[in-house]
Amino acid sequence: MAQVTLRKVVKKYDEVMAVRGVDLDIADKEFIVLVGPSGCGKSTTLRMIAGLEEISGGDIAIGGDVVNDVPPKDRDIAMVFQNYALYPHMNVYENMSFGLKLKRTPRNEIERRVKQAAQILDITELLDRKPKQLSGGQRQRVAMGRAIVRDPKVFLFDEPLSNLDAKLRVQMRTEIKKVHQKVRTTTVYVTHDQVEAMTLADRVVVMNAGLIEQVGSPNDLYHSPITKFVAGFIGSPAMNFIPCQLEQAAGALRMRLNDKLSLPVPASRSARYSSFAGKPNLVLGLRPEHITEARPHVEPDQHDFDMTIEVVEPMGMETLVYFTISGAEVCGRVNPNASAAAGQAMKLRADLSNMHLIDDTTGKVL
Amino acid sequence: MADIAARNAAVVGGEARTGLHKLMQRKSTIAFLMALPLILLIGILVAYPAGYAIYLAMLNKSMTKFVGLGTFEFLFKRQVFWDVVYQSCLFAITAVIFKAIIGFVVAHFVHNIPTKGQRKWRGMLLVPWVIPPAMSTLAWLWLFDPSYSAFNWILAHFGISGIPWTGEAGWARFAVILVNIWAGAPFFMIMYLAALKSVPEQLHEAAAIDGAAWWQRIWYVNLPMMRNIIAITALFSLIVTFANFDIVRVLTSGGPLTATQIFATWAFKVGIESGDIPQGAAVSLFMAPILAVAAAFILRNISRRGSEV
Amino acid sequence: MANASIAAGAPTRPVKYRSMSRDRRWAMRWSYFFLVLFVVFFLTPPIYMFITSLKSSGEISAAKNPWWVYAPTLSNYEELLGQNQYLVFFRNSAIVSVCVVAVTMLISVTAAFALARMKFWGSATLATGVFLTYLVPDTLLFIPLFKMFAFVRDTTGIELMNHWWTLIIIYPTLSVPFATWIMIGYFASIPKELDEAALIDGATWMQTLTKIFIPVAMPGIIAATIFSFTVSWAQFLYPLAFTTSIDQLVLPVGIVTSLIKGDVFNWGQIMTGALLGAAPPLIIYAFLMDYYIAGLTAGATKG
Repeated sequence: MAQVTLRKVVKKYDEVMAVRGVDLDIADKEFIVLVGPSGCGKSTTLRMIAGLEEISGGDIAIGGDVVNDVPPKDRDIAMVFQNYALYPHMNVYENMSFGLKLKRTPRNEIERRVKQAAQILDITELLDRKPKQLSGGQRQRVAMGRAIVRDPKVFLFDEPLSNLDAKLRVQMRTEIKKVHQKVRTTTVYVTHDQVEAMTLADRVVVMNAGLIEQVGSPNDLYHSPITKFVAGFIGSPAMNFIPCQLEQAAGALRMRLNDKLSLPVPASRSARYSSFAGKPNLVLGLRPEHITEARPHVEPDQHDFDMTIEVVEPMGMETLVYFTISGAEVCGRVNPNASAAAGQAMKLRADLSNMHLIDDTTGKVL
Repeated sequence: MADIAARNAAVVGGEARTGLHKLMQRKSTIAFLMALPLILLIGILVAYPAGYAIYLAMLNKSMTKFVGLGTFEFLFKRQVFWDVVYQSCLFAITAVIFKAIIGFVVAHFVHNIPTKGQRKWRGMLLVPWVIPPAMSTLAWLWLFDPSYSAFNWILAHFGISGIPWTGEAGWARFAVILVNIWAGAPFFMIMYLAALKSVPEQLHEAAAIDGAAWWQRIWYVNLPMMRNIIAITALFSLIVTFANFDIVRVLTSGGPLTATQIFATWAFKVGIESGDIPQGAAVSLFMAPILAVAAAFILRNISRRGSEV
Repeated sequence: MANASIAAGAPTRPVKYRSMSRDRRWAMRWSYFFLVLFVVFFLTPPIYMFITSLKSSGEISAAKNPWWVYAPTLSNYEELLGQNQYLVFFRNSAIVSVCVVAVTMLISVTAAFALARMKFWGSATLATGVFLTYLVPDTLLFIPLFKMFAFVRDTTGIELMNHWWTLIIIYPTLSVPFATWIMIGYFASIPKELDEAALIDGATWMQTLTKIFIPVAMPGIIAATIFSFTVSWAQFLYPLAFTTSIDQLVLPVGIVTSLIKGDVFNWGQIMTGALLGAAPPLIIYAFLMDYYIAGLTAGATKG
C-alpha cells in the first residue's frame, strides 16, 4: 500500500517559515496535485516527501512507515524534475536503467523494464541517444521513463511541464494522464498552473503562503470554494469579485452593487446569508460564465441588467466582455453573435444560482 | 546641366567607393597595430629563441662549426642523460597524479561544508600556490636540514632515527616530489572546486533518489561531468611540472650526485655553469616533444569541452 | 524523529534504513577533520618560516624544540632590513615587477581587444599561438636568450647581461600570454550590443576600449594584473641565469644565493628574508583573493 500521510509538516529556513503546518492524507494510487502561486510552499512540501529537504517539524509517512529521517534512496520513490535532470553523459537507456543498476537488478530484468517503460512512453527509438540530442518533450518523457522503470511506491513531479512551450504542454498533460491510467501509482504533482491541476488531478490541494487553503476534487474546488483565494485561483478567466452591500428590504435580501444596480439573492440562499445583512466588506463572487447576454426566456435566479461595455475580446467560440462595477473589473462571457461593442451599452444577464458571497475580512466564502 | 549632374554622380560614386575601402582597411589595420606588440614579443622573444635553440643544439662545444645531431648522439651515450629523462618523467607523472587526487578529494571536502565557511578554508588551502616557489622551497630545505630538521625532531620522539631527506638519493627524490605536490595541489583543488560547483545540484538529487550512495554519486555524476577539467588541469600541470626548475635547484641542486637532476636544472648546469651552450640547448630541447604532445591533447580537450550538454 | 504522532497502529520505520541526519552529521565531521589535516599540511612550511624568523641563531643551533620560540626576537628583521643589500633586492624586485605589470597590461589588453572583437586576417591563428606560447617554458628559452644577449652586446654594444632592467624585457614573455588569454575571455563575454551602442554614440575603437571595455571587464583586468605581478615577483630562473652582481639581483635569487655564505647557513635570516620576500604576493592575495581565483579559473573555463 502506498498511501502518503503528512501530519503538521513544517519547514523553516532560518527565520522564514516556508511550510507552516500541512496535514494531508493521500490515498493509494491517487493522483494528487499541489497547486498555488510561487512561494506558497508546494515545491518545498514535495521535496520534503522526497527527502531532499529536511523536515523542520511534523511527520511524513509513506506506506505507513514514517520516513522523516530516511534518505531518499530508501524511500522507494521516483521524481521527475522541472529541468529533467538527465545524466548528460549517459544515453537514454543508461539514464533509465541507472537506478536499477545501483540496486544490482539482473541485466535481463533491467532490459525488460526499460523496454516496457519505453513502449508506454513511445520512446523506444531513442534508447541509444544522448540527452543533448533530444527535444524538450522527449527529454521529459525520458525523465518519466526513468521514474516508471523503478516501479516505486510514489511518483513525485516537480513542475515538469513548466519548461515546455504552450502547445507541447497540453500534449504532455494528456500523456501524463494516460501514463497514470496505465501505471496506477500514487502520484504527487506540483504545478503553478491551475489548468494542469484541474485536468490531471483526482484531488487538488490549493496552497498559499505555506498553508493548505482547500483540498477537494476539481469540481468541488471549482463550484464550492471555501476561501476567496481558492475561488479566485481556480478557473480561467478568474471569478469576478464585486464589492456589495447586503440589504434587507421588504422581506427580501438584495445585494447592492452600486447606486444603480442591485441584485436579488436567490431564495435558496436567503436563509444562509440573512444573518450577514449590513455587514461591511462583503464581496459577490460570480464566475464569468454566469454573466451572459440576456436571452428571451428567464430562469429563476437570473437577473438582467444594463451595462456599458469597456473592452471586448473575441475568443472565437465566445466573446469576453469587460466592464466596471464599483471600481471592480468584471468579466462576462457572451455568445459571439450577441452584439457587443466597446463603449456601447448592452443588456447582460447574471445567473445567481451559482453565486458566492465572501467576507473580505476573513477571506472565507459564506 | 546634364553633364554637370553626370560628373557629380561620378565623383560621388567614386568617392564613396574609396571611402568605404578606406574604412574597411582602417579596422583591420588598427586591429593589426593593436596586436603588433604581442606579435613582436612572441616573435622575437619566444618563437625566434625556440628556433635558435634548435640551431644552437646542432653546433659543437665552442660553437665554431655545425655538427648536426652530433651533440644529441653524445648525450644519448651518457648515463646522466638517461637518468635525467627518467627522473623528469618520474617526478612529473608521480607529482601530477598525487596532485590530482589530493585536489579532487579536498575539493569535495570544501564543497561539502556550508557555503559561508568555504571561503576561508579555500583561502587557507591556496596559500602554497601563492608563495613564490623559491621561497617556499627554502622553507622545505630548512625543514629537511640534515642536522636541524624539524621533521626529524618529531620522528625522534617516536624512536625513528633521522631521515636523510636530501642526502640520500631515494629520499631526495621523495622530497622533490613532495614539495612539488605541496606547491601544486592547491591549484588542482581550486580548478576542481570550480568544476564541481558547475555540476547541477538536481543531478545529485536525481541520483540520490535513484539510489546512489555518496561515493556512487561522485563516481557516476561528478567524475564524468568534471572529465574535461580534470584532463585539462592535469595536462597543464604535467607541462609545468616537467619543466620545473626552482624546486630542484633550491632543494637539492640536482643532488645527491645527479639523483634529482631534471631537464631544466641539468640544462642550466651544463649550459650556463659549465658554459657548454650547445649541450645545454640540446638538453632543454628534449622537453619539447613531450610538451608538444601534452599541448595537443589540451587543445583537443578545450575544443571538446563546449559540446557537452 | 517522532513517530508516535502518526495514527496508532502504523508501524515505525524499519531499522534497516540509514539515518539521513546521522549521515549528514558524520559527513560534516569527516569533512572538517580532513580539511584541518590538509590545512596543517599546506600551512606548516610558511608557519615554520615565521617561527624560525623570530629565533636568534643561538636558539637555532641550540637545537631545542624547533616548533616553539623560546626567546622571540626581532633581530633577524632588524638586521635584514637594516643592511642595504636586502633592501636593494627588494627594490629591484619591486621596480621590475611594477614595470612588467605595466608593459604586460599594455600589450595584453590591446591585443586581447583586437583578437576578441576585431576579426582580422590570422586572428584565430594568433589566438591559438598565444595559448601555445604559454606552454613554452622558460626552461627552454633561457639558453638561446643567453646567446642572444651576447649577440646584442657584440653588435650594438648594449650590455643586457647582469642588469636587472633586462628582466623587464623578458618577463613579459611569461605573463603576456596568460594575461591576454584571460582578457580575451572577459572581452568576448561582453555583449556585442555594447560596442554597437558605442559606435552609434560616435566612439572610435580606442574610446570603445578605454571607456567601455576596460571598465566592464575590470575584474579580468585586476586578475591579469595580479597574475603578472605574482609571476614577475616569483621568477627565479631568468634572474639566476642573467644577473650575477649582488646589486643587480632580485629577491628570489638574492635570498637563495647571498644569504648562504659558504657553508654557514644563517637560517634565522634566511627564513626572515624568505618570509618578507613572500609577503607582497601573500598580502595581495589576502585582500584580492577572489580576483586571484577568478584569474586562475578563467584560464581554463573561459578558454
